[in-house]
Amino acid sequence: MPFKRYVEIGRVALVNYGKDYGKLVVIVDVVDQNRALVDAPDMVRSQMNFKRLTLTDIKIDINRVPKKKTLIDAMEKADVKNKWENSSWGRKLIVQKRRALLNDFGRFKLMLAKIKKAGIVRQELAKLKKETAA
Amino acid sequence: MAAKRKTPVKSRNPDLIRGVGKYSRSKMYHKRGLWAIKAKHGGVFPRHDPQPKAPAAAEKPPKFYPADDVKKPLLNKRKPKPTKLRASITPGTVLILLAGRFMGKRVVFLKQLPSGLLLVTGPFKINGVPLRRVNQSYVIATSTKVDISGVNVEKFDDKYFAKEVDKKKKKNEGEFFEAEKEDKKKLPEDKKEDQKAVDASLLKSIEGVPDLKAYLAARFSLKSGMKPHELVF
Repeated sequence: MPFKRYVEIGRVALVNYGKDYGKLVVIVDVVDQNRALVDAPDMVRSQMNFKRLTLTDIKIDINRVPKKKTLIDAMEKADVKNKWENSSWGRKLIVQKRRALLNDFGRFKLMLAKIKKAGIVRQELAKLKKETAA
Repeated sequence: MAAKRKTPVKSRNPDLIRGVGKYSRSKMYHKRGLWAIKAKHGGVFPRHDPQPKAPAAAEKPPKFYPADDVKKPLLNKRKPKPTKLRASITPGTVLILLAGRFMGKRVVFLKQLPSGLLLVTGPFKINGVPLRRVNQSYVIATSTKVDISGVNVEKFDDKYFAKEVDKKKKKNEGEFFEAEKEDKKKLPEDKKEDQKAVDASLLKSIEGVPDLKAYLAARFSLKSGMKPHELVF
């Protein structure tokens, strides 16, 4: 299986460890074999080990180490935020965050909704089974 | 003695530094109005002669002198306050009971009693928890609140929940086995009426919120993957 996501300048990555956990950052330069210079609109440009990053599919068009303003404009042009929030990975993270903040009543209502949905799905499945059996 | 003032006197002589007042003796004499008191009483300060004391009753010599000197314990004037209520617990909060017969039940908080215990009700029709006292330590407060404005809880206090004292039952040999039979005590009708009165308005506000009734009827339990320190209640 060949690699599909490469470390390159402009690659958008997700931070998976440390103080900036969960943030989307852009790789703006490579320091050495293990570290990259990383930047995001709401953080100071800093170096990060590749082990702290998970690469995403999104790539933006920038030169090596752009100015903050240039970086923000390039991210707007590539529409990183919307692409991320509409991707299945991004949607899953959003749902996880929302569920973590649910209070006890919320979790109860979620359970009821899951049971209801499963019931509807099972009904449809039963219908389809009957049709193919007949 | 002179009559006490309604408000204690604030010093009319403010401190410049600690130990040094702003006004001199003569200025203070004028400020306190001692000249006016003198003028009212013809140039002299009024004298209050000690009132004649009522004759004290003749004390009889005590009949009994103890052999050793017995020490009197020190006086204790401490009045215990009810336990400090957690900020998350307000009237109408849904609580989760953590121990006892109703472990896991979700219950509505009514008020804190003077002993510090929390007065709580199921409501009885929904989950079988009656008007009950519960300790704050054995409770998780959720952030769900129920509208409790229609409920009157003034009459409930710790004396309401005191156990009824039975008249002394002499257990004879023969009656030993019979005494076991009449163990169950019936709940008095007025307590049942109180429960219904409190629950009536509560039920109305609970049914106003979708799913709340089923929520209160269900018990809480930890499932696989739930981490209590990460859960938001």
